[in-house]
Amino acid sequence: MKVLYFAWLRDRVGVAEEVVDPPGDIKTVGQLAAWLAQRSPGHAEAFADPAAVRCAVNQDFARAEEPFSTDDEIAFFPPMTGG
Amino acid sequence: MIKVQAEDFDMGAELEALSQGRQNVGAVASFLGLVRDVAGPGELSAMTLEHYPGMTEKQLERLEAEALERWPLDRVLIIHRHGRLEPGDRIVLCAATSAHRQAAFEACAFLMDWLKTKAPFWKLEEVGGQANWVEAKETDDEAAARWNENKQH
Repeated sequence: MKVLYFAWLRDRVGVAEEVVDPPGDIKTVGQLAAWLAQRSPGHAEAFADPAAVRCAVNQDFARAEEPFSTDDEIAFFPPMTGG
Repeated sequence: MIKVQAEDFDMGAELEALSQGRQNVGAVASFLGLVRDVAGPGELSAMTLEHYPGMTEKQLERLEAEALERWPLDRVLIIHRHGRLEPGDRIVLCAATSAHRQAAFEACAFLMDWLKTKAPFWKLEEVGGQANWVEAKETDDEAAARWNENKQH
């Protein structure tokens, strides 16, 4: 499945998107974030403060407890600073 | 109407188009956001606005629909730029048209407050050769939250 990163999450992870294959017991986006954090030191840094990370599932905001499926478009990013 | 673009826009022409031929419109309220110079004197500064293509449009369209539902408006316009911008450049334009001013004013303030916390944009500031991601402000969350408390319409 595809995961997208934006702003400083992308800088820390090192890529704008990647294809990952999480194990079946990873069911929520919060669990996915914790699992992604183990992929590299950059990932660990990106996800170090869960309160600073926002998530979207299929371009809608999602809380940590929200479930996802492997065909969903998942994105992680910091709190927005537009306008 | 929603426009997400790298190009600059002509505020006068946009507002003109919004109300042209709309005989029931008596009020056009607008907000224009500019890039503020965050550097000290003699330092160059610029910013790059990154966004999430697709989600940006989806969230802004939802915002437009929400404003049209809450207030008796004729039209809503949101233009948000992305890419590299310099101090004084236009970033964002929000406008609402209505028969009377109160709905137009309130809707315009609502659009900006919600846009700040719901539209997936991120600012990267460059000051004196250093690039830093702008941190989100708690006051922006509070400003957006007040529209949940007084949903009077």
